[in-house]
Amino acid sequence: MSETEVNPTISKSTGLPRKRFYRARAHSNPLSDSHFPVSISPSHVDYSLHYPQLFLSSGQADSSKRIQFADVGCGFGGLLISLSTLFPETLMIGMELRDKVTEYVKERISSLRVANPGQYQNVSVVRTNSMKYIPNYFGKGQLSKMFFLFPDPHFKEKNHRRRVISPFLLDEYAYVLEVGGIIYTITDVEELGDWMKSCLENHPMFEALTEKELEADPVVKLLCSATEEGQKVARNGGQTFQAVFRRIVPSNQTS
Amino acid sequence: MDSEPKKDIEVAPALIAVHPYQCSVAVAVGHHLRVFDLLAGSAVSLTDDSAAVPFHTDNIRAIRFGAKGKLFVSAGDDKTVKVWSTESWSCITSVSSEKRVSAVAISDDGTYVCFADKFGLVWVVDLDPPLRDKKPSPLLSHYCSIITSLEFSPDGRFILSADRDFKIRVTCFPEKPLNGAHQIQSFCLGHTEFVSCLAFVQALECPQGLLLSGSGDSTVRLWNVDSGALLDTCEVAIKAGLVESDGKAEEHDHAVTDLCTVLDGLLVAVAIQSLQGIILLSCNVSAKTLSVAKVVLMAGEAFVPTCLGSSPSTGKLWMVTGVSNLPGCNYPALARVRVISGIDVEQEPVVVGDDNIPGGEKLLETLQGNASVDDNTFLAAAEAVKTAMDHLLIKKQYPSANRESRKKCRNDRKLKG
Repeated sequence: MSETEVNPTISKSTGLPRKRFYRARAHSNPLSDSHFPVSISPSHVDYSLHYPQLFLSSGQADSSKRIQFADVGCGFGGLLISLSTLFPETLMIGMELRDKVTEYVKERISSLRVANPGQYQNVSVVRTNSMKYIPNYFGKGQLSKMFFLFPDPHFKEKNHRRRVISPFLLDEYAYVLEVGGIIYTITDVEELGDWMKSCLENHPMFEALTEKELEADPVVKLLCSATEEGQKVARNGGQTFQAVFRRIVPSNQTS
Repeated sequence: MDSEPKKDIEVAPALIAVHPYQCSVAVAVGHHLRVFDLLAGSAVSLTDDSAAVPFHTDNIRAIRFGAKGKLFVSAGDDKTVKVWSTESWSCITSVSSEKRVSAVAISDDGTYVCFADKFGLVWVVDLDPPLRDKKPSPLLSHYCSIITSLEFSPDGRFILSADRDFKIRVTCFPEKPLNGAHQIQSFCLGHTEFVSCLAFVQALECPQGLLLSGSGDSTVRLWNVDSGALLDTCEVAIKAGLVESDGKAEEHDHAVTDLCTVLDGLLVAVAIQSLQGIILLSCNVSAKTLSVAKVVLMAGEAFVPTCLGSSPSTGKLWMVTGVSNLPGCNYPALARVRVISGIDVEQEPVVVGDDNIPGGEKLLETLQGNASVDDNTFLAAAEAVKTAMDHLLIKKQYPSANRESRKKCRNDRKLKG
């Protein structure tokens, strides 16, 4: 976009997209049939589209590099942006179901890339339903970190199966996470916090991180501070409930 | 708002299952379950102490014999799974499901029966001890997708589940399945439409077998289940000359509806929508390739098979066409059974005439019912099955204008005015 052109959706002072042009409903039904393109398999994900500077054109360059962090339900992308500079060598992707919000994050990343040459090249976003299509984007053991920050609480018992952390979906997350990979969850809803924690505790392929490990992990601090939702909770003086677990080899299995 | 196209009446295809040693043949059409004993040469009367006839009260969607032939399972839209002993043909266990059942599988040793419901959950039932009423335990789940097919791998290590979201999931079947199957071995991804059927081919050089899958994208694909790697793709509709390779005449017109390995897995029979006959594929296990061996057409009769069955090593393929109910037709539960024999690598397969069919006229009477209707009814039946399948498994596409108007009619927006 040329600089003379005036684009009202981009803030003049910061060059970042303005959120008020990307308002979206807070909830989206993950059960509905999707009408957006879905990658056929992990090998069909076009890395040159997501990380143009690192993958000049498909099939070329550093083709061995794979996405390692996934922020599921990335919202407006606050965490991704913080992680991008903290782990400049790691490819990461946000997954978001709401179309407009995804557009916002896309804009946000591309303006940051323009404003800070050489930076934010390792971060991208995709519009998808991660509850249905996680295996279409990542292969077995590909990810080292997964984030589920302030997910939709779905209070009604009838809607519990729409929760993004659930016993059966954890099987899929365990599949895409490498052994030792870490799953981060946080919420400001106590009921959901208990739910996510008990789902993870009862799953044979996850174990909780110790207090010491949580202290040492720089990412844990970002869970609250980096995300838009987290900042909102902090502003209102609310409480947060986090559960951070590691992917392990189940005890009855040797391989 | 545009009125939605009138919903067709839900119909279920006729199904067929053949005993692994060809002791008996079962046909399910609508809620009718018909079994013929080939050894005794007579119809089997099923017994269920706790239920009256009919044993199923709605369309049967899945039937299957256990690998050793001692068990038989039937399940469907009445949310009941019935396990039958093939010796006495009495119902030994009846399981209630919360949702309609779309697929069933029996573990090799006959200890576990797995079934998939329409919400994508797979349940497992322990048959030991064989109690009358069993509570199923959840095994695994596809997130809100209809599971079309369930299959155990020949070595029993994996349970495979295929769904309408183009996906095949390979899950390690655990030692204690009642606690759930959490370890996913792989996903077989590559189909571009719903996956409709699964089958394994085995050979000496590959005892764990290779997986075959048929799909709404008119292809049969060959997979390595350990890694989920796609080994070969056979565009059966094009290879069989049904469509030009460039022309996309009618999308979804040639969905693969069923797969059946014959002759110990050397050949695979494929049923395709709109094809009056079957395609025989040969699978080269060492080269890991698929190729069309023969196309067997049904001469002199309009017959589009809705389901295939065979018992290994007999070289006979059993086919059925039919539908649970057909609008405008007085005969519900239509079915027509045919057999292709002499399926061999060298021989020319022959469509067996009605007088030479194993079990003879008695078998046909048992399995087909008594109504005699002409060919066109069966063509209409196959067409109804195809429409029902499309409705069930293909995502509805709305043009963007249409989608906007649907959004406007949303209840939450209406309230706001």
